[in-house]
Amino acid sequence: MGTAYTPGLKVTPRTTVQKTRRLPLKGQVTVQLGDLVQPETVVARTELPGIMQTVRVAERLSIEASDVPPLLKVSVGDHVERGTVVAENKSFFGLLTNQVKSPVEGVVELFSPVSGHLGIRLTPSPVEVDAYIQGKVTEVIPEEGVVIQTSGALVQGIFGVGGERLGELKIIVGGPDEVVDEDRITEDLAGKVAVGGSNITGPALKKAAGFGVAGIVVGGIIDKDLIEYLGHDIGVAITGQEKIPTTLIVTEGFGVMRMAHRTYDLLKSLEGKRASINGATQIRAGVIRPEIIVPTAEEITTSAGPDEQSLDVGTRIRVIREPYFGILGEVTALPPEPVLVESGSKVRILEAELETGEKVSVPRANVEIIQE
Amino acid sequence: MPDIRTILATDCGSTTTKAILIEKQGDEYRLVVRGEAPTTVESPFDDVTVGVMNAVREVEELAGRRILVADGGTRGQGDAGSAIQMPSKDGAGVDMYLSTSSAGGGLQMTVAGVVMSMSAESAERAALGAGAIIIDVLAVDDGRKEYEKVQRIRELRPDMILVSGGTDGGTVTHLVEIGEMLVSADPKPRLGIGVRLPVIYAGNKDAADAVRQVVGERVDLKVVDNLRPRIDRENLYPAREAIHELFLQHVMQQAPGYGKLSSWTSVGIMSTPNAVGKIIQTIADKERINVLAVDIGGATTDVFSVFAGNFTRTVSANLGMSYSICNVLAEAGIQNIRRWIPFEIDEWQLRNQLRNKMIRPTTIPQTLRDLYVEQAVSREALRLAFIHHKSLARELKGVMQTRTISDALSQGTTGKTLVHLMDLDMIVGSGGVLSHAPKRAQSALMMLDAYQPEGITMLAVDSIFMMPQLGILSEVMPEAALQVFDRDCLIKLGTAISPVGTGKEGRMAVTVTLDGGKHEIPFGTVKVIPLAGGEKKTVEIVPVGGFDVGAGKGRSRTVEVEGGVVGLIIDARGRPLNLPPDDETRIRKLKEWLSALGLDQAG
Repeated sequence: MGTAYTPGLKVTPRTTVQKTRRLPLKGQVTVQLGDLVQPETVVARTELPGIMQTVRVAERLSIEASDVPPLLKVSVGDHVERGTVVAENKSFFGLLTNQVKSPVEGVVELFSPVSGHLGIRLTPSPVEVDAYIQGKVTEVIPEEGVVIQTSGALVQGIFGVGGERLGELKIIVGGPDEVVDEDRITEDLAGKVAVGGSNITGPALKKAAGFGVAGIVVGGIIDKDLIEYLGHDIGVAITGQEKIPTTLIVTEGFGVMRMAHRTYDLLKSLEGKRASINGATQIRAGVIRPEIIVPTAEEITTSAGPDEQSLDVGTRIRVIREPYFGILGEVTALPPEPVLVESGSKVRILEAELETGEKVSVPRANVEIIQE
Repeated sequence: MPDIRTILATDCGSTTTKAILIEKQGDEYRLVVRGEAPTTVESPFDDVTVGVMNAVREVEELAGRRILVADGGTRGQGDAGSAIQMPSKDGAGVDMYLSTSSAGGGLQMTVAGVVMSMSAESAERAALGAGAIIIDVLAVDDGRKEYEKVQRIRELRPDMILVSGGTDGGTVTHLVEIGEMLVSADPKPRLGIGVRLPVIYAGNKDAADAVRQVVGERVDLKVVDNLRPRIDRENLYPAREAIHELFLQHVMQQAPGYGKLSSWTSVGIMSTPNAVGKIIQTIADKERINVLAVDIGGATTDVFSVFAGNFTRTVSANLGMSYSICNVLAEAGIQNIRRWIPFEIDEWQLRNQLRNKMIRPTTIPQTLRDLYVEQAVSREALRLAFIHHKSLARELKGVMQTRTISDALSQGTTGKTLVHLMDLDMIVGSGGVLSHAPKRAQSALMMLDAYQPEGITMLAVDSIFMMPQLGILSEVMPEAALQVFDRDCLIKLGTAISPVGTGKEGRMAVTVTLDGGKHEIPFGTVKVIPLAGGEKKTVEIVPVGGFDVGAGKGRSRTVEVEGGVVGLIIDARGRPLNLPPDDETRIRKLKEWLSALGLDQAG
C-alpha cells in the first residue's frame, strides 16, 4: 500500500456538500437555522464603509493649518451633501469670500489640526452574501454568516477562472474528446453552463462571453487562449476574482486534454439540471478547486469520502506528468524501495499498465487516483 | 550553561516538519539523523505538535533513541507537559529542544514611508529582515494618486502595516497624511473579522502623537523608535523586533498548537527566514567572508547576503518552482527560460507544461528533458530574485559623504548596491531544485548561470535544508551550530574561477596552474579540474589581456583554492555571460558545457 501525493479530484454523483457563506465584516444574518434556501437567497448582509475623502482645507484657502478651525462651517459627525460649504474665508476687507465645498456626499469624520485637512466618509455601500447552493441552513454564525448543506453531485476541476455562477447544464459536444469551436456556441446558451470535451478554442470562448454564457466546463485550455480571454497573464494560481462574463472550469489541465470519461458521463447524466459553479482556484495554503454542484432531491448522509487516498495493486490512476500525461492506467506493483528514474532522481515508483496497453514505471508523486 | 550533549531541533514548514538530532561526539557537535513528517496545522489535526511528534518519531527510529516522554508521547490538544523528554537521561531524551517555523503562510506586510528611496526603503529592509513578505511599498512620492493608494491598502488586506518617515525633528505633516490615508482606507487585516489591523509606527518621534490622534482606535497602533532617525543612520532593530513579536502572535493565531509547542522549546520559536539569516551572518562573521545564500522554494525565493558585514535579506514572494512557476514565466518571459534548455522545444508546449506544473505542484520530473526544463526555470527564478536583492542591498540614499578629490571626479552616487560579485567568497544554495538536484554538478551549473559569480567563489549547497535549525542554534550555541554547518550541512561543490570580460570564441582566456600542471582554457568553455572536497591547493591564475580575475585586467593571482564534490571549475564563458542568439549554436554550446561538467545530455 502507498500514498498518492496528489489526491484525486472529487467526481461523484452522490455526496453531501457544505458551504460556509460569510460576510467580509460583521453584519446581519437574514435566515434562520433550518431554513431551506435557493442559490439566490440572501443569507447575510452588511455595509462596507465608504472611502474617506480628504478635503485639503488649509491648502485650498492658502492658510496655515492652525488658522482653519474658526473657518469651518461643519463639525465632526455632520452629514454633508456634494457642494455643501465646509469652510469659508473672507479676505480683502470682507469683500472676497473663498469657500471650500465638499466634493462628495457623506459624513464628516475627522479634522486634523496638524494638516488642516477635513475627512469626509462616503456613504457606505451594501454587501450581501447569497446562498450559492440550494440547501438547508445547518449552522448560523452570529453576525457573520451561515453554513448551508445540500446533497447531490459534485465535480471538481483542476483549474478555473471566474467566480460563482448559476445555470442549467447543457452538453454541447458528442463526446469527451471533441473540441468546442465557435460553431458550437449558440445564443440559446446564454445563462447556461455549457459542457464541452477536450478543449475550447479562443474564438469560441470569446463568443460564449459575448452571449452571456454563465460557464464553460472543458477538459483542457491552451495557455495563450486563456491569457487572451483574461487580458493578462496568470502568475500564481489564485483565481476567482476575475471580472469576466463567463466562468471557465478546466477538468484535466493545460492543452487539448480529453475530459475524463467519468466526469463527462456524470455531467451528461445531469443535463438540464441547475448547477452552482465556481471557477475559484487556490493551489496552496488551503487548496480550493473549481467546482460544479448539482443538488438532487435525495437526502444523502455520507460525504464524498476521505481526502487521503491509498495506492494498492489494482487502483485506477491517471498520470499527471510527462511522459505519460493524462493517460489512465491501473497499478500493477508497488516496489517498496526507491528506484533510479531517467532524470537521475531516486524515488518511490509504481508500476502500471496504461489504457494504451503499455507497461510503465511512474513516480508515485506523478499520479492521481481515480475515485470510484 | 549545563553540559548540552544532545540537541533536537525542528523546523515547521508550510508543508513539511523536519527534525534533526545533534550529538556531541568527542569535542565536536555532529548531525546524527534527520526525520520529517507532514505539517499538521490544518484539519483534521489542527495542532502543529502532532506533525512535530511524527517527525521526532522518525528520528527516534533512525537514531535508535527514545526522545519523546515515556508514555508514548501521544499528546493530544489540552494535554499538559512537554512531549519531549528533557534533560537526557540514561540514553533517552535530549538536553535542548529548539524550533523554527514558517507555517501559517508567512507574514504579509505593507510598508509606508515618506520618500520611496529613503524612509520607505529602510522600512522595507526592516520588514524583510524580520521575516515578512512585503506586498506593497507606499510612499508619499511614489507617483500614485492618493485615491489609488487608499484603494490599494483596502485591496491588499495585509497582516500589518509598518509606517516610517521623517528624521527625528523633521516632517510631521507627511506622517499625518499617511495616517489620514490609513483612516481613509479603513484597512481590515487578512485574518479575522472584527480584528484591528496592527500598525507599527517607526517614523519621526515628534509626529507620533499627531499620528495617534488621527488614527485613533481604528487600528492597533504600536510606536517604536524611528527606523531612520537621521538621514545617514538606520536603526532597524526596534522595528524588526516589534514585527517579529507581532509575527509570532500571528503565527500563534494561524497555526494551532503553537502555544503548546512554545512551552516545549528551550528558547522562543524563531521564524524560519530569520533563523536562516542568523546562520548566514554567523558564518560570514566567523570566516570573515562575503556570502550569498539562496533558498528557492515552491512559492518564494529568499536571498540573504552579507557584504562587508552588512546583512540583507529579500523575499521574492512571487518566484518559485511550483506554485509560483508561472510568475517566473510571466516575469522572465518564455524566451529567457527557453534559452537555457539544451534541446529544441516548442514555445507553446513549454508554456502548457509549466502551467500544468503550477496546478499540480507536487509532481516531479521523471525524464531528463523534463528535469532540464525545470532547471532552466530555476535559473531565471534565481536570476530575477538576485536582481531584486541587489536593488535593496544598497548603501543609504540621501547621505552626504565626505569625498576625496577622486571620489568627486568619479561622480559616484550613494545608494549603490552593496553586492559586488568580485568580492563574493561563497554562494550557498538551498531548496529542492538546488539541494536535491540528481547530480551536484547540475546545482553548480545552475548557480554559475544564474549568478555569474566573478573572480574566485566557493559554490556550495545545503545538503538537507537544516539551515533554519542551525540558525536558531547559533543564537544559543554558535560554535556547535558552526561545527554542524561545516561538517554536515554544507556540501562544497568546489571553487569556481570566473574571469570577467569577453573575448573571441576559442581564443585563450585564462591559464590555471596547479601541482605543476598547466591548464589553458579557451574563451567560451568550462573546464573542471579534479580537486576533492577538503583538498586545498595553491593555484596560479593568469588571465589573458582583457580578462580580470580580481587583481586587475590581465594581472595574475596566486591563491589557495578548495575543492569539492564537483572539483575546481574554470568558467571562461565570460562575464557578462552571453548566450549565442541562434538556437543551433546555443544548444550546441549548452551541450558542451553539460559535458564539461560530466552531465548527460537530454535527447
